[in-house]
Amino acid sequence: MPDFALLRTTTFRVALLYLGLFLASVLVILVLIYWFTAGFIERQTDETIAAEIAGLREQYRQRRLPGLIEVVKSRSAVPRTSTLYLVATPTFTPLAGNLSDWPDAEPDPEGWIEFEIADAPEAPDGGSHDARAVVFTLPGGYHLLVGRDTMERRHFQERVLISLAWALLLTVGLGAAGGVLISRNVMHRIDAINRTTRQIMSGALQERMAVANNGDELDQLAGNLNAMLDQIEHLMVGMRQVTDSVAHDLRTPLTRLRSRLEITLVEAATEDEYRAAIQEAISEADRLLGIFGALLSIAEAEAGTMQRSFQKVSLSDLARLMADLYEPAAEESGLGFVSDIRAEPVVLGNQQLLAQAIANLLDNALKYTPAEGCVTLTVKGPEGERGACISVADTGPGIPAEQRESVLRRFIRLEASRSSPGNGLGLSLVDAVARLHGARLEMDDNGPGLIVSLVFPRMAPE
Amino acid sequence: MSGGMGGNVGGGNAGGGFGDGRPREGSGDRPFFGYDGAMKILVIEDDAQAAAYLVKGLKESGHVVDHAADGKDGLFMAGSENYDVLIVDRMLPGRDGLAIVEILRGAGTETPVLFLSALGSVDDRVRGLRAGGDDYLTKPYAFSELLARVEALGRRKSAAVTTTRLQVGDLEMDLLARKVKRAGKQIDLLPREFRLLEYLMRHEGNVVTRTMLLENVWDYHFDPQTNVIDVHVARLRQKIDREFPTPMIHTVRGAGYCLRA
Repeated sequence: MPDFALLRTTTFRVALLYLGLFLASVLVILVLIYWFTAGFIERQTDETIAAEIAGLREQYRQRRLPGLIEVVKSRSAVPRTSTLYLVATPTFTPLAGNLSDWPDAEPDPEGWIEFEIADAPEAPDGGSHDARAVVFTLPGGYHLLVGRDTMERRHFQERVLISLAWALLLTVGLGAAGGVLISRNVMHRIDAINRTTRQIMSGALQERMAVANNGDELDQLAGNLNAMLDQIEHLMVGMRQVTDSVAHDLRTPLTRLRSRLEITLVEAATEDEYRAAIQEAISEADRLLGIFGALLSIAEAEAGTMQRSFQKVSLSDLARLMADLYEPAAEESGLGFVSDIRAEPVVLGNQQLLAQAIANLLDNALKYTPAEGCVTLTVKGPEGERGACISVADTGPGIPAEQRESVLRRFIRLEASRSSPGNGLGLSLVDAVARLHGARLEMDDNGPGLIVSLVFPRMAPE
Repeated sequence: MSGGMGGNVGGGNAGGGFGDGRPREGSGDRPFFGYDGAMKILVIEDDAQAAAYLVKGLKESGHVVDHAADGKDGLFMAGSENYDVLIVDRMLPGRDGLAIVEILRGAGTETPVLFLSALGSVDDRVRGLRAGGDDYLTKPYAFSELLARVEALGRRKSAAVTTTRLQVGDLEMDLLARKVKRAGKQIDLLPREFRLLEYLMRHEGNVVTRTMLLENVWDYHFDPQTNVIDVHVARLRQKIDREFPTPMIHTVRGAGYCLRA
C-alpha cells in the first residue's frame, strides 16, 4: 500500500501550491516574451515587404515596366539581401530578379504565398529555404513577386521557442526546489515548536521554543509561547513554595498541638485541666489558621490574577483611614503618631490588599518601637522618576541593611524579635502586595528606626 | 483574606464552645427589642459534620434551625418557608451557593443571607456580596463569630426602618444632629467614635465581633495583628461608661463586645 503521509503534510501542499502559482506566472511571462520577440519579427517581415511594394509601385507608376525591371535588377544585385524579387512574363518566364523560377504555389486571396527556394540568393548555407512573398499581376499579364527569405526568422523563432522551453523546464525545477525549501523551512520551525511542546508536556518543563531572532510571525509565536511558559512556571514555583512552606512551617505547630492534646488525654484529671487544654488547643489552631490565611493571601497576591479587578485607590484617603484606625493604639502604647499627607495621589490597585499591607507595616512599627517613640505615616505625590509613595517610619531598632532582603522571605524573623508575637509573614505579604501593584518596597534607615516605603509606578497621564 | 477568624484578633482566646460567656444562655436577661430573639434559620450545607455542628450550636443559642443538605432542597425550603436568615455554603453539590442566592433574589426573596466559604480571597468575597449575599464568612470560623453575624443579620431585617434616633436605656443618639446623650448629659464623640457607637446601638443586645466592627465601621476586612479595635472600644467606653454607675459596653470573652442597658 502506498504511503500517502507525505502528500498529506502541509509541507507538500504548500510546496505544490507555490509551484503551481510560480508556473502560472512564469507561463504568462514567457508567452509575453514570445509575443514581443518572435511575433515582432514576423510582423517586421510583412512590413518590410509592404515597404518594398510601395517603392516598386512608385517606380512602376513613373517608368512602367522597363523602370520596374531596372529597379528589380539593381536591388537584386545587392549582396546578401534577404528580399526576393521576380518579374515574369505572362507565361511565368523570369525577366528579372533573384529567383530562378516562378514558385509553384497558389496565392491566398490577399496574394500571399509561402514556398521553398532551392537556391537562395547569397544564402549562407545554400540549402533550401522557406520564403514568404506577395504576387501581383501587372497590366499586360506580367507578374511581379516581392518576398523575403524567412529562413532566418524561422531560425530565430525556433531558437526563442527552445529558450522558452528551457526556461519553463528550469522554472519547474527551480520552483519545485524553492517551494520545497521554503515550506521545509517554515514547516521545520513549526515542527520544532511541536517537538518542544511535546517535550514540555512529557515533563521537561524547563524547555523553551527556539527563537530565530528575525522578528517574523513564527518568532512572535515562539516568543509568546515562551512568555506563557515562563508565567506558568512562575506560578508553579510560587505554588510549590507555598506548599513547601505550609508543609515545613505548619508541621511544627501541628505536631505541638497534637502532642499537647495527647498528653492531656493521658494526664488530665479534672474538668478544669481539660478545659484549659482545649482553650490552648483552640488558640494554637487559630494561630495556625492565621498563618494559613496569610500564606494564601501572599499566594493570591503573587499570582497576579487580581490585577483584573484593580480600581482607583486614593493613597491619601487610605492613609487617613489607617491613621484613624491605628492612632489610638499607638497612643495607648505610649507612641506618638504623625500622619504626614503631602499629596492626594491616586493609584490603580486593590484597596483591601493595600490596606492589609499598610496595616502590617503599622503593626510592625507599633510592635517594635519602644515607648516614647514615634510612628509616622507619610503620603507623597510623584516626584521626578518616582511615582506616588506611602511610607511608614518608626523610631525602633530598625533592620540592619544586610538583613533587609532576607526579612521579606517567608517565616524569616530576626533574632531580636523571636520573643514577640508574630508569624514572620507580615513583610512577605507587604512585598507580595507591592509586587502585585508594580510597586517597589524600599527599606531605609530612619536614624534611628526603620522607614518602609511602597513606591508606586508613575501612572500614565489620562 | 482570613476575615472570618474573629477569635484570634486581639490575642485573646478564640471563641470557644457554644454560648460560652454569652449574655443569653436560656435565661431571660436579654432585653426585648422588636423581636423575641429566637430566629428561624435555614442552613444549606452539604458537609454533614459541619452542618450538625452548626445546627446544634444555633439551637443551643435559642434559634429554630432547619437544614438542607443540597442546593435543590435548600432552594425549595428557602422559597416555601419564611426564614429570618439563610446560611448558605458556597460550594454545594449540584448547585453553586451563589446561584441559589441569585435565584432567590431574582424571585424577590429578601431574606438576609450569610455565605460560608472556604474560598476566602478578596475577589470571592466581592463576588458573594454581589450575588446578593449580605455577609460573607470564611471557613474555618469561630462559632461565636458566626452567631454574632447571624444575629446581626436577623436584627438588620427587623430594624430595617430608617430611624433618626436610637435609644438604649438612658443612652440616646440623634442621628441627624450627630449628638449623643446619656442620662440627659451630652457626650462629645469624635466622628469615628460616633459611628462605632451607632453600630453598637443598632446591634444592641447582640454580640459584635472585632472583625464585624472593622468591616462595618472602617469598611475593611483583614486581620490586624495588634489590638487596634480594642483600643477604639476602650476609648468609647471611657466616654460612655466612666461617669455612670452601670456600664453599657460589655466585653464578651473570646467573641467581642455587646452594648446593652
